[in-house]
Amino acid sequence: MEIEGILSFLASFAVMASIYAIFSLGLNVHWGYTGLLNYGIAGFFAIGAYTSALITTPKPTGVLADYVDQAIGLNQPFLVGVLGAAIASGLLAIPIGLLTLRLRESYLAICTVGLAECIRLFFQNEVWLANGPEGLVGLPQPLHELVPPKYYHYLYLGIVLVFLALIYFALERGIRSPWGRVLRAIREDEVMASADGKDVFLFKLQSLVLGAVIMGIGGALYAHYSAAIQPGIFTGLFGTFIIWAMLTLGGTGNNKGAILGAFLVWALWSWSTYIVGKVVPAGFETRAPFVRFILIGLVLVIVLLRRPRGIIGEEKYVSKF
Amino acid sequence: MPELIVYGLVLGSIIALGTIGFTLSTKIADFCNYSHGDLMTVGAYIALLVSGTLLSGSGFLQGRIGPFSFGWGLLLSFLPAILVTAGLAILIDRLVYRPLRRLGAPSIHFDMVSLGIAFALRGVIYVIWGADYHFYFSGVRPMIYLPWGIKLRTDEIFIMAVAWALVALTYVFLGRTKVGKALRATADNPDLARVAGISTERMLTWCWGIVGALCAVSGILYGIETQLRPEMGWIFLLPLFAALVLGSIGSITGALVGGLVLGIAQQVSTAWMKPTYKPAVAFLVMILTLIFRPEGIFGRRR
Repeated sequence: MEIEGILSFLASFAVMASIYAIFSLGLNVHWGYTGLLNYGIAGFFAIGAYTSALITTPKPTGVLADYVDQAIGLNQPFLVGVLGAAIASGLLAIPIGLLTLRLRESYLAICTVGLAECIRLFFQNEVWLANGPEGLVGLPQPLHELVPPKYYHYLYLGIVLVFLALIYFALERGIRSPWGRVLRAIREDEVMASADGKDVFLFKLQSLVLGAVIMGIGGALYAHYSAAIQPGIFTGLFGTFIIWAMLTLGGTGNNKGAILGAFLVWALWSWSTYIVGKVVPAGFETRAPFVRFILIGLVLVIVLLRRPRGIIGEEKYVSKF
Repeated sequence: MPELIVYGLVLGSIIALGTIGFTLSTKIADFCNYSHGDLMTVGAYIALLVSGTLLSGSGFLQGRIGPFSFGWGLLLSFLPAILVTAGLAILIDRLVYRPLRRLGAPSIHFDMVSLGIAFALRGVIYVIWGADYHFYFSGVRPMIYLPWGIKLRTDEIFIMAVAWALVALTYVFLGRTKVGKALRATADNPDLARVAGISTERMLTWCWGIVGALCAVSGILYGIETQLRPEMGWIFLLPLFAALVLGSIGSITGALVGGLVLGIAQQVSTAWMKPTYKPAVAFLVMILTLIFRPEGIFGRRR
């Protein structure tokens, strides 16, 4: 019994950490490889989650329709939802890229912050679209009929790990390809890269879209795991900042580092609440979760001060040739 | 409509004050300070602490002044809030930004670190004061009636007066005093400033002190205008960014004009849109600026 409890806890921990590892890999494409500052991961997260939710759930009927407003409900399978999420998130990146990638690097950062905030506001206020602040519940969980609900997170861990592995190997191939080397060249010296005849803008746009696609997939995987989403989830801390801390701690520019960082920071995040909750005086329990803001903030500051390359850090040579 | 424009001017004055501080740190410290909004929040909450807790014993401090809805307690708390926030900004510079400068870290690392600090500051506010809304004072807020049927809260006249006085003071300080000139020299070209015998480290201390002070005042004014909540400063970053981009990064006049335009745009938008969409309006203004005039109103086209 005891062992079973621990295993169950570890499995659900690993599911969330792996989902975050996918986000962290997406951010690694933006920031680690290409040097693009995306401070609005929460926006792509939300678009991915909501798109998949609207694709996979049926439109509410009967009594339920009185309580749940939902503009679209296609009732399609899980994989179609994930695909839709990836496409929607990638499409969202294009206008932002067209607008900002020719300007100074901070403009992309500022625009993505604004975009994420606006997407959250949009889902919160437009109740007709996806039920406003209450959000959507009862999202379908793929293959749930195979195992009893109690053990479902073991199965879902498998599904998430498959996605994580696919994305990881695809990215490893990508960064070791000529295409990946161009991205790194752009990050190091844009002028040099364009002097070599590379269309810097186009490569940056491709990188922005690819990272966004990965984040969209992450959003969909999150949505079907928690089975309930509401706009309040996709905030700057939970949706963006924690992922920056993960990538920075694990090792910017290294896919293994991105995954390692995701597990470490998620451990810090999920266990600190528990520990802090035990030691704070009575009456302050509700405020204990906010200690995580401070902890995650300090992680980022300390890593950048003490070890800017992160735990693993970037490999100097990515090509075998 | 005229009413909304006047409200826009009130909000715009606060945004302008915030943007001036923001543009200073952007130019002098040479990075985008994502903790600017949260420093505003800190200033606002320090004033809440001082005016609410420390001064609660004495009756004279509790009453209202003339037509305003606040008393001496709040007025007196401006000073400690300014000092604490300025001190905090300088302390952060010493503990974090200066070591980063020594490391020769790229400017983007400063951006990221300031984001970390933003979340840490907000975490402290959440832990101490919780997520609830707070107000400096309770009860009715006195109004005055202007022509065209404009109702204005007396507090809003105070807000505009303080904001504009401080804007003018900053302007004179940067233009006329020796430290102000040295600050501008550092902003233009730090290497040249060092050659001219200016200690750029000391200028950075001045810079953060001024930025902290401006943050505190704009935070308190924003708190008087609306209410205090831990996310107030973070949400405020959007109009700040938009005003900065619209008015061209680094231009004080631009920050002023940008701030006012943003305030008016946000308030006038409430005639057609839900007030909750105000941050989205700021984002829209920023996008339009980036499409049509990415260098801003006062910028030179490259």
